[in-house]
Amino acid sequence: MSAEPLVQLTDVSFAYDRRPILAGVNMVIPRGKVVAIMGVSGGGKTTTLRLIGGQIKASAGEVRVAGKNIASLDRDGLYDMRRRMGMLFQFGALFTDLSVFENVAFQIREHTDLDQETITDLVMMKLNAVGLRGVADLMPSELSGGMARRVALARAVALDPMLIMYDEPFAGLDPISLSVIGDLIRNLNDALGASSIIVTHDVQESLKIVDYVYFVSGGRVVAEGTPADIRKSDNEFVHQFVWGEADGPVPFHYPATAYTEDIGAEACHA
Amino acid sequence: MRERIVGLLRRLGASVVDRVWRLGFAARFFGLILLYSGPSLRRFFLTVREIYFTGVLSLVIILVSGIFVGMVLGLQGYDTLQRYGSSEALGVLVALSLVRELGPVVAALLFASRAGSAITAEIGLMKATEQLSAMEMMAVNPIARVVAPRFWAGVISMPILAALFSAMGVFGGYLVGVKLIGVDPGAFWSQMQASVDVTEDILNGVIKSVVFGIIISWIAVFEGYDAEPTAEGVSGATTRTVVTSSLAVLASDFILTALMFRGG
Repeated sequence: MSAEPLVQLTDVSFAYDRRPILAGVNMVIPRGKVVAIMGVSGGGKTTTLRLIGGQIKASAGEVRVAGKNIASLDRDGLYDMRRRMGMLFQFGALFTDLSVFENVAFQIREHTDLDQETITDLVMMKLNAVGLRGVADLMPSELSGGMARRVALARAVALDPMLIMYDEPFAGLDPISLSVIGDLIRNLNDALGASSIIVTHDVQESLKIVDYVYFVSGGRVVAEGTPADIRKSDNEFVHQFVWGEADGPVPFHYPATAYTEDIGAEACHA
Repeated sequence: MRERIVGLLRRLGASVVDRVWRLGFAARFFGLILLYSGPSLRRFFLTVREIYFTGVLSLVIILVSGIFVGMVLGLQGYDTLQRYGSSEALGVLVALSLVRELGPVVAALLFASRAGSAITAEIGLMKATEQLSAMEMMAVNPIARVVAPRFWAGVISMPILAALFSAMGVFGGYLVGVKLIGVDPGAFWSQMQASVDVTEDILNGVIKSVVFGIIISWIAVFEGYDAEPTAEGVSGATTRTVVTSSLAVLASDFILTALMFRGG
């Protein structure tokens, strides 16, 4: 196995218009590992995934995937790279006008000249891996949230990618589906010899399956380590996040003018 | 007072600049559609599928409207013509009104409401539910895979729908004029045949409907692709498609009519 990491972010900054989202982020995703990026909403986690996928370009710093600087790739180069990536979107993003079978077959049909028989075999293998061979003929609207997420997972790994990215894979799932998706992420990563990046809020489920965690807040990496390091961390932010405390470095109140001013208490006093 | 005027002018200026930017984006988007039409049209089954959704499913509204518009033309036309003793010219009046004007224009307005709004809503919702982003991440260009087939389906469907609208209109005029009122059928058909010119009337009508097809399809796919990815954004984009394309059809109809029919 090559010692070079599959994904490397070096001093990456990014801003939407003039609003900074990421500021000097450094991350390393080693080959074969499952890495989680955690943090509060709006902290820049999904932006990090979009930078790695080349959907947006860093305003400073460098994003390298498989040794190539993503920002320097032209459209064809980027599309070549994306063929080796899989992405699971937050709510699956299944194509609503295609059946489950056709959703999983989509990339195979678009990027290969395989005959129908081989495509059927490949799709059924992927659906079998997520336990949903039996729903191949259903439409996405007929699936539960957990099933749709599993189908999207089968679609994301249809071309055996080297890198799989998950954007909030656990959001809105019941405990059983949550556990099933967690196990699938780990097992598929190991079976395919891929590397995975999970952007998530779900601390407990993630810590069970990942090899390494980055905590992002305010556009910076504020903590990192293995699940064992994270559990015993005395970092205030990590502690608040892992134990779900309402107040701490991430304040309960959004910055505002003084409470007394807003409710007119001072005027009453006077 | 001065501040208010300055503020008003500033908002007006910002609104104008915003519209010019949007027009620029729309023009660039049109260029991209043409650029990626090659790969898209090579897989023509994608366009055929969209022709079914935009064209075939619009047939009912087009055919029913066509027959009613033709029947109204028959009634109104007879009422006017018989005052001058030329009720036999009813066939000519109905046919020319339809193939030169009402067929392309009314079919285009109906097409914008039925198919244009559906295209915008579909693409807008695909954007809102990250289906377009998913496609991009699978190294599949959404303009080639989603937008171009819908655009060409609209362009192909529009003249066919306009022709069917006119045909049904003529039939409606025949029903009212000949069957109901009693105009001589021989005069109805023969005068129509003698007066309607293939190039001057029918071909110009077809050119109009192709231009309307391009305008409506362009506006519909652009509004969908440019929609804000929220429920409100998609609903606003759908409304804009119907309003903008209806106005664009009527304005371009005037320009095309001025260019084509110079009172010859």
